[in-house]
Amino acid sequence: MTPVIGLGHFLTVAAILFTIGVFGIFLNRKNIIVILMSVELILLAVNINFVAFSNHLGDLVGQVFALLILTVAAAEAAIGLAILVIFFRNRGSIAVDDVNMMKG
Amino acid sequence: MTLPLFFFYLFSAIVVASAIMVISSRNPVHSVLFLILAFVNAAGIFMLAGAEFLALILIVVYVGAVAVLFLFVVMMLDVDFGELRKGILQYAPVGIVVGIILLLELLLVAGSAFLVPEAAGTGVLPIDRGVENTRALGQVLYTNYIYLFQACGLVLLVAMIGAIVLTLRHKPNVKRQDIAKQVARTKAGIEVVKVESGKGL
Repeated sequence: MTPVIGLGHFLTVAAILFTIGVFGIFLNRKNIIVILMSVELILLAVNINFVAFSNHLGDLVGQVFALLILTVAAAEAAIGLAILVIFFRNRGSIAVDDVNMMKG
Repeated sequence: MTLPLFFFYLFSAIVVASAIMVISSRNPVHSVLFLILAFVNAAGIFMLAGAEFLALILIVVYVGAVAVLFLFVVMMLDVDFGELRKGILQYAPVGIVVGIILLLELLLVAGSAFLVPEAAGTGVLPIDRGVENTRALGQVLYTNYIYLFQACGLVLLVAMIGAIVLTLRHKPNVKRQDIAKQVARTKAGIEVVKVESGKGL
């Protein structure tokens, strides 16, 4: 069975999504929450690529790998937001510019 | 245009539009809600690509857990988001240049990729179209990839412990139950008082 939707379609959507994620990091340089959301978008784009190739090549490993990425993304979001919460507790702001406490 | 292709274009258009709204929205709560919309439609794209289990996991894990976590943090922290948006266009030109170059490169790669037809079906785990996606994933996840699966569990465990350790704090003025102290009490310090009705102590 040949896939109805071509590989190029998936890759194009993933490329656009990836670019939007990277651009979001530049655009919201001060807001860590939106930066974390941009990282989630980037990981989503990567997952779309994995699933598309898995479908196109008829190989299940791509989906297994996408599952692992999903796990790591969830863990990353949890840790990132926990760090954000304690940072806000200490500083009363979440501006990235203020994150220079560890400069020494 | 076939029906799957139509739905693919529909889902991708909504994903891209909501991703743009995520990064450009003025209010972070709106950003989170658009992130949820993007994930739901990405689940549709996964479904079209034949990864049914991953599509539903995406909805359960991302919409059910990660996005709600984001929403919770955004609403819990009393942040002046207007202040954070000052100078937002300062780095936009650099971002646009980097973004355009990145997009062009990715699209060039995607457009010029060529897969030898014989390569299809020769992968490590060829997909058997007669087996449901969930069953096929389960059959390999707990056998061939059991160590990766366990490593995933470890990653989540470490993340959970880390998040708890980071955010846990003991306030000095909060009274907590100390069971050892309770059990160690003797009758010595206790006095039974007969209170006359209507008078109080």
